[in-house]
Amino acid sequence: MTSSVSIRELSLSFGHVKVLESLDLEVAQGEFIVLLGPSGCGKSTLLNCIAGLLDVSDGEIHISGRNVTWDEPKDRGIGMVFQSYALYPQMTVERNLSFGLRVARMPKPEIDARVKRASEILQIEPLLQRKPVELSGGQRQRVAIGRALVRDVDVFLFDEPLSNLDAKLRSDLRIEIKRLHQRLKNTMIYVTHDQVEAMTLADRIAIMKNGVIQQLDDPHTIYNKPVNLFVAGFIGSPSMNFLRGQLTGTDISVDGQTISIASYPFESHAGGPAVLGIRPEHVALGDEARKMPVQIESEIELVEPMGADTIAWTKIGTQSLTFRAAAEVHLVPGQKVLIGFDPSRGSVFNAESGQRI
Amino acid sequence: MTNLAATSAGAISARGPKPRTLTASRIGVYAFLIIAALFFLLPLWVMVVTSLKTLPEIRQGHLFNWPELLTFEPWLKAWDTACTGRDCNGLKPGFWNSVKITALSVPVSIVVAMINGYALSFWKYRGSEFLFGVLIFGAFVPYQVVIYPLIIGLSKVGLFATLPGIVIVHTIFGMPILTLLYRNFFASLPIELFKAGRVDWAGFWGIFFRIMLPMSVPITIVAVILQTTGIWNDFLFGTVFAGRENMPMTVQLNNIVTTTTGVREYNVNMAATILTAAVPLVVYFISGKWFVRGIAAGAVKG
Repeated sequence: MTSSVSIRELSLSFGHVKVLESLDLEVAQGEFIVLLGPSGCGKSTLLNCIAGLLDVSDGEIHISGRNVTWDEPKDRGIGMVFQSYALYPQMTVERNLSFGLRVARMPKPEIDARVKRASEILQIEPLLQRKPVELSGGQRQRVAIGRALVRDVDVFLFDEPLSNLDAKLRSDLRIEIKRLHQRLKNTMIYVTHDQVEAMTLADRIAIMKNGVIQQLDDPHTIYNKPVNLFVAGFIGSPSMNFLRGQLTGTDISVDGQTISIASYPFESHAGGPAVLGIRPEHVALGDEARKMPVQIESEIELVEPMGADTIAWTKIGTQSLTFRAAAEVHLVPGQKVLIGFDPSRGSVFNAESGQRI
Repeated sequence: MTNLAATSAGAISARGPKPRTLTASRIGVYAFLIIAALFFLLPLWVMVVTSLKTLPEIRQGHLFNWPELLTFEPWLKAWDTACTGRDCNGLKPGFWNSVKITALSVPVSIVVAMINGYALSFWKYRGSEFLFGVLIFGAFVPYQVVIYPLIIGLSKVGLFATLPGIVIVHTIFGMPILTLLYRNFFASLPIELFKAGRVDWAGFWGIFFRIMLPMSVPITIVAVILQTTGIWNDFLFGTVFAGRENMPMTVQLNNIVTTTTGVREYNVNMAATILTAAVPLVVYFISGKWFVRGIAAGAVKG
């Protein structure tokens, strides 16, 4: 696996504030990496460092096998798409697309060919003679992607490109970006705080918090085997249920109720305070629950019908637990139900360190 | 149908644009505005009618009256033959000097301030904020304080009392306010535009000329207005730094008005003053909208 972008021990601090600390990241050729995290976690900062828009405090950045740590953004072989599109307002779409090429004094026929190709891929040919103000948000973002496209670079950087769009356009363009990646097979690094975008687009997701990558894995692993409480809580909507309790052997006692989680694949055996994490969609109800290793009687507190399914709130001891039920199941607050789950699909964390056990 | 019925019944239902009514307070406001406008126009009126009167008529003292004997002689004299000291060429040479000074100082000062503002808002470096602070502080330094050191400095390099000298002086003194204007303007542009430019193979000058310059047309119009009127109206620097050869119109006007050989020619003085003030007045009239817009942009943002 050849490395397309390689970040080695990268640190960045603004004055005394350390935004990134000794961060390592290897991105393979043609890989789609999503940097995901809450605002202020350093994901955009990391992207700006890769682009060369911020000077790093320490460490190295290699792109396509070349050390570009000290290079200007224009010399790094990257294209970048911004949240606010950043189209040059006084230029037509065509001139926006060709801007970088004209600056680089590329021959005219070559420029025309590249603009033509990019506008075909993105289906913006009818818009070429318009100014950015005459475009809708989705069209603008398409032009912004096109501007990165014409430059024929190895690495695409996306800085929350869909955050300014409405929900429908966002899902449309998300698919288009995915298609684009399948077609071009370029390396793409994509920053977002939207977990749906991350899950759907990424080959691998890097979840960041406080300038540190918490977990770097494919979406499936991130979702099913989060390495710590932060990742577990960040991914998934509604978020994972956390049941705090005391772990002894393979039993966890939650508010006096003992739950046997013998089927859980422990990575290490450690007793003490622990957190059992169960995704709402892994909780079964009624007859299904009877087949589960763990079965609990509980009472419905609150019901949120979502259309496709229903989110219900119950309690185990004093701790609340949500689960996802089929939309056809009729649930009312106060109703007694049997719920069940399979601990092997859950996660157990050390309550102090937050790490997966 | 129901609507019609309602109106025919006598009650007017509220529908469409609200009818405008002229209330007493509104009439009062307009009356006050008209009176205030007339009051502030009074000096201009006196100047115009005086400049069109003959000297004997002026001596009669009817300050506000329309001239009985209309004459354009004072205007011609003010432009062509009025005496400043020993030269009797009127305002004409001063006008052309002012044109020269303004035409050179306006672009030079604006280009310098534009680059300043661009660098200070996008290419920040250690101490750039401090430098900006110092520059703005310059706006609060009274001109008189720095005149003497400037004279010494300019004469040391042989630029005192020359055209380049006065252009440099105007550029220096225009810098704080113009840099502030441009910095605030550039700071209001999305920073991502600049980042996109950097990724798009453009450097310091590439981004400046190809992206920022075309976008700064509105603020540049404001800067041109500010500088044109400011430099045209300048008297102090003109007297001190321009030298005999390049005396601007304002200085020449002052000389005409203060030169008394025999009779004081009020009509010529008035005509000369109107001529001198004409250029900034015309600029204001043509560009009033832009001017206000620019001042607001400069003052509010930041």
